[in-house]
Amino acid sequence: MNEAIGSSLIVIGVIFDFLGCLGLVRFPDVYTRLQASAKCVTLGTCGILFGLFLVKGFTATGVKALLCLVFILLTSPVSAHALAKGAYRSGVKPWEGTVVDQYGEDAAGKV
Amino acid sequence: MIYKGLLFLLWFCVWLLLQWPPSVQYMVTGAFVSLLVSFFTADIFSSLYTKEEAPPAKGGGILSFFSRIFWFLCYVAVFLWECLMANIDVAWRVLHPGLPIRPGTLRLRTKLKSDIGLTFLANSITLTPGTTTIDIDKANGYIYVHVLALKEGCEKPEARQCLADRFERILERIFE
Repeated sequence: MNEAIGSSLIVIGVIFDFLGCLGLVRFPDVYTRLQASAKCVTLGTCGILFGLFLVKGFTATGVKALLCLVFILLTSPVSAHALAKGAYRSGVKPWEGTVVDQYGEDAAGKV
Repeated sequence: MIYKGLLFLLWFCVWLLLQWPPSVQYMVTGAFVSLLVSFFTADIFSSLYTKEEAPPAKGGGILSFFSRIFWFLCYVAVFLWECLMANIDVAWRVLHPGLPIRPGTLRLRTKLKSDIGLTFLANSITLTPGTTTIDIDKANGYIYVHVLALKEGCEKPEARQCLADRFERILERIFE
């Protein structure tokens, strides 16, 4: 039973990771592409790791998968945030289809 | 001193998980290593914590502790649900041939004051697909968020709190 749930979680994770990569190609600018890669992390990679844990149980492999899950959840938003802020500060303009840019209007967004 | 003990426990647990299944040989090595590391790093962590004196918790006591735990569990449940919905939403936008996105950066007012509360809010916003925290203006209580698909009307200056409302209300009960 655990194995079935785990395997389907891994399949779902792979599908969402693929969609994230597709978004990385299709989206127009840095910031929207970051969004696509953020989607990879939550349901994609975490789904794969949690599925691996369900399949393997409390073995050497399964526990390491859980540990990786925690570290990815801690580090990935920090890096995404740092990339977005760094790109904005170094003058990368948002896509021309952007509806509103309140960060650029405020002093905080000025270089 | 208490930081050293807590850090030692934390590092030791991580070591144990890395060396699963536990065996005496590795546990002795792990205890030695984590003792050394916690001895050297405790000062950094404790100075980080005491530099900005945390305001005394309102109400205090054991009841407040358990209510925080309860709200934290609620927060995890809400976060997982929001994450799932947002994942499906972004996946649909990626697959749609017309690429229906309306990106933009929003200025959101936040009531949270504590560092850890703001960190949790910013990280949950970033982990939820479709939204990324760009910057925090702590002095004025603003967070700047890049949104992949803005709802209609959210771009007007008078529009308020188009997202992150739900996270914030729960986080307020945990950390403030």
